Amino acid sequence: MKRVQFSSPYLPYVFLAPQLAVIVIFFYWPSVQAIQSSFYLEDPFGFGSTFVGLSNYADAFASAEYGRIARFTVVFTGLVTFFSLSLGLLLAVKADAVIRGNAAYKTLLISVYTIAPPVAGLIGMMFFDQHIGPFVKIAAFFGWEMKVGLNYVDTAFAMVVVAVWKQIPYNFIFFLSGLQSVPVSVREAAAIDCRSGFRRFWTVVLPLLAPTAFFLLVINITYSLFDTFGIIDVMVKDKAANNPITLVYKVYMDGFRGNDIGGSSAQSVILMVVVFVLTILQFRFIERRVHYT
Amino acid sequence: MIKTISMAALAVTFTATSSFAATNITWWHGMGGRNGEVINEVAQKFNAAQTACALTPVSKGTYEEALAAGIAAFRSGEQPNILQVFDAGAATIINAKGAVIPAEDLIIKAGYAFDRDAFIEGVKYFYAAADGKFVGMPFNSSAPIMYINDEALKKAGVEAPSTWEEFEAIAPKLKEAGYIPLVQSQLTWEFTENFFSRNNIQFATNNNGYDSVVDTKMQLTNPQLVMMFDKLKGWADQGYFAYYGAGWSDNQKPFEENKVALWIGSSGSFGGLQKTAQMPFSATFLPYWGSIQGAGTNTFIGGAALFAMAGKSDEENKCVADFFQFLTSPDVQKFYHQATGYVAITKAAYELAKAEGYYNEKPAAEVGIKQLMLPSGEWSKGYRLGFYPQIREIMEREYGRIFAGETTPKEAFETIEKEGNDLLARFAKTAG
Repeated sequence: MKRVQFSSPYLPYVFLAPQLAVIVIFFYWPSVQAIQSSFYLEDPFGFGSTFVGLSNYADAFASAEYGRIARFTVVFTGLVTFFSLSLGLLLAVKADAVIRGNAAYKTLLISVYTIAPPVAGLIGMMFFDQHIGPFVKIAAFFGWEMKVGLNYVDTAFAMVVVAVWKQIPYNFIFFLSGLQSVPVSVREAAAIDCRSGFRRFWTVVLPLLAPTAFFLLVINITYSLFDTFGIIDVMVKDKAANNPITLVYKVYMDGFRGNDIGGSSAQSVILMVVVFVLTILQFRFIERRVHYT
Repeated sequence: MIKTISMAALAVTFTATSSFAATNITWWHGMGGRNGEVINEVAQKFNAAQTACALTPVSKGTYEEALAAGIAAFRSGEQPNILQVFDAGAATIINAKGAVIPAEDLIIKAGYAFDRDAFIEGVKYFYAAADGKFVGMPFNSSAPIMYINDEALKKAGVEAPSTWEEFEAIAPKLKEAGYIPLVQSQLTWEFTENFFSRNNIQFATNNNGYDSVVDTKMQLTNPQLVMMFDKLKGWADQGYFAYYGAGWSDNQKPFEENKVALWIGSSGSFGGLQKTAQMPFSATFLPYWGSIQGAGTNTFIGGAALFAMAGKSDEENKCVADFFQFLTSPDVQKFYHQATGYVAITKAAYELAKAEGYYNEKPAAEVGIKQLMLPSGEWSKGYRLGFYPQIREIMEREYGRIFAGETTPKEAFETIEKEGNDLLARFAKTAG
């Protein structure tokens, strides 16, 4: 195969420049600033800042509340990732098997993805509203007195439900296209060897879906950690009180609401490190088991 | 289509700035809905009343967002002339020496006289320096008052309580009549900050934080405050009080739906209530404890104030002063008071509205002002505490845990006091 050559050695850099500029301006530059201000204690208006070393980090780690929020974030991320992946996969497998009217099913399932997170949060909030929420009425029918916004566990439940609901279509699209790329010949061969549909799925189809699943795992964890911000913000109605929140919401509360720039920066650096480590771990340990065709 | 709109926008911009001689000033605020519209109307009135200055109000979202936007803008030298800052953010902006020009200095420099006594008692101190100098210009001011479901009280055959002792006495009858006796909408503002003012109890050292940021400590384990929350929790357990979380409207709703007898809300709520309440209602002062000596003093204002940001030209500052003068004139105050439900902040505006018979028509509108005009006590002037929005968040969290049965009021206040005082110490370092 003939390699494509650029006529000028500088041309590739020109093509790369817009993308690099975006990354530098919107990612590296703020990151460097965040790292820098995490070592300072600063007056909100920027009149004076004192170097305090690692004390912003020490404060965060010493805070019982920060620990509580971190634990919730882990549980929340685990639940949202697990349920949105498994439900997305289930629906994709079922939709893939439907022959009549499958376009309609697919469109309906995908359409939820077009809803913006704050709107999803708003819809969720109405479903779970203390006074008018239909979910609350259903729960009451089964003897569960649900108090979203008041009871920690109830609010956490509602948040997980809305976050999962919002993410399922995304996973659905990828799983569906993944399923459609499994060669028909392989499926047919498997069908001759084994009668059990579940076993065929487990031993043949799922391994072939592994690259898709791995990609989605990384994306879903990032989604649960960061993109659920809008949902949480709407569901706690601007007042976190004793409701569960995630670490990224805590960064927002301390930085933008509390005007504590140093403390908030330290927290966001901690989050950055967590995501960095998590991604490395995923690539080192999980990706090795993924078989790319 | 888009082209037409952008052309139209362009045309509007040109006409707006076509008064060439006019000095343009901007006003960032955190009001939405009807209150945001009223701000635009006030600005239009100001622009129509004179030609030297052109004022443009810009909504920046919520109170917190407006403050955050103002801070970010100040750091990059793009600050507006006027920034609206809410009560909890007062310490943040007032302690940032050099961020604002005190309203009083600005007005005097522009050649106007400034009379602190023209303002009603409860308004005077909250946004002022320790020596009484106005730093922020009080703008939308409200007081926590008690709304009464007339139907419920009639059914139960009781009178509205003026003290919490009286409430305890009538609560069983209200419950028997089929109502939730009491709800409130903001435990931090109504049952903590204003608990200290209404019952005349010291909130924090250093003169409630006014004198200095150094070593200021909140006194939240005050036995009376703990007692108030022990009572609230007890009432909740007996069905005399219901708590629907930290959100304001979740708590207001059952009152509107005629399920609740008494609701502690804001004096600014009555305009909205007139539309939403399904029963006749009236209002009275926030109750206090008859058992606490010296209780029954006035409350201080909630809401927000306008701050003149530093770093602007003399011309623009003159315009800001002109606007502050305009804003505090009795006619404009009366307009704002009647359009929004916020209280009038000057005595003259109050007298004007009264003379017109406005309060005969709407007696509930007068309750907030009267409560702010009650005699003040040593500790009823307000507080000046740094990182206070975060401290409120800690309070909200612990209060939620009290009513979820996860903690006791005493333990909750120990936690709030500890975490809050850590924040105050941290704030002292940033402001030092």
